[in-house]
Amino acid sequence: MVVDLPREGEADALFHALADATRRDILTRVITAEQSVSALARHYPMSFAAVQKHVTVLERAALVTKHKRGREQVVHVNLDAVRRATRLLDAYEQLWRQRTTAIDRILKEDREGK
Amino acid sequence: MPVISSTKDVEKLTLTFVAEFAAAPDRIWQVWADPRQLERWWGPPTWPATFERHDFTVGGDSRYYMTGPEGQKARAWWTVTAIEAPHRLEFTNGFADDNGEPLDPTDVFRTVVTLEATTDGTRMTTVEVFAHADQMERLIGMGMDEGVSLAMGQIDGLLADAD
Repeated sequence: MVVDLPREGEADALFHALADATRRDILTRVITAEQSVSALARHYPMSFAAVQKHVTVLERAALVTKHKRGREQVVHVNLDAVRRATRLLDAYEQLWRQRTTAIDRILKEDREGK
Repeated sequence: MPVISSTKDVEKLTLTFVAEFAAAPDRIWQVWADPRQLERWWGPPTWPATFERHDFTVGGDSRYYMTGPEGQKARAWWTVTAIEAPHRLEFTNGFADDNGEPLDPTDVFRTVVTLEATTDGTRMTTVEVFAHADQMERLIGMGMDEGVSLAMGQIDGLLADAD
């Protein structure tokens, strides 16, 4: 079976984290390069505390990790976790692709008069 | 491959899948309505489906299982909520116990199938709305193969750059 999917119950935390536009944007930025929370906060019309909360939701879903550097908190992406989330939807799409191919095979038999 | 598009909405846990086939809507309707045809395509290649019941009427139930490579069985069910042959089919899905009965009748997700005639066949649109992500995870665990490698927009592109 599929390996490397989120453990039971973790999928909801992942999707909850990804279901918010600001959090997806934060994630997109830290995939490109690590960012401090204060640097991230400058991109959004909300308080530092609000941005920090979004980072915490991403952290709980294991999509990012945070560590201290001097007086700053630096946010890193956890690429493996991001890949697991996208793989879930991809795997389901793949199922429909396989079904489509199988229906097409049945129709082909019609045409060949089997 | 006759796949036209697929759209994934992470926010709404919705997958929309559009495919076109070189046959009229009446013929595509049969692959849903006839359980012997349905079981030839519903399960993934290594997990063929067997429909023990398929009452294709509003309020009707379907019970099926998929058999894995080691003989393990994954059971699930549908209840049809709307039928307009040969253009529209709606049903709720859930997981079943070893006797084929619903595990939790409230833990369901919805499927809406629309068939439209095109100049040379049928466009089939399937929309699946999940209540929570664990349903998707469980379904995928029920019979997906490895080796999935399809794009997922922006994040996927960025992941490729990050490698």
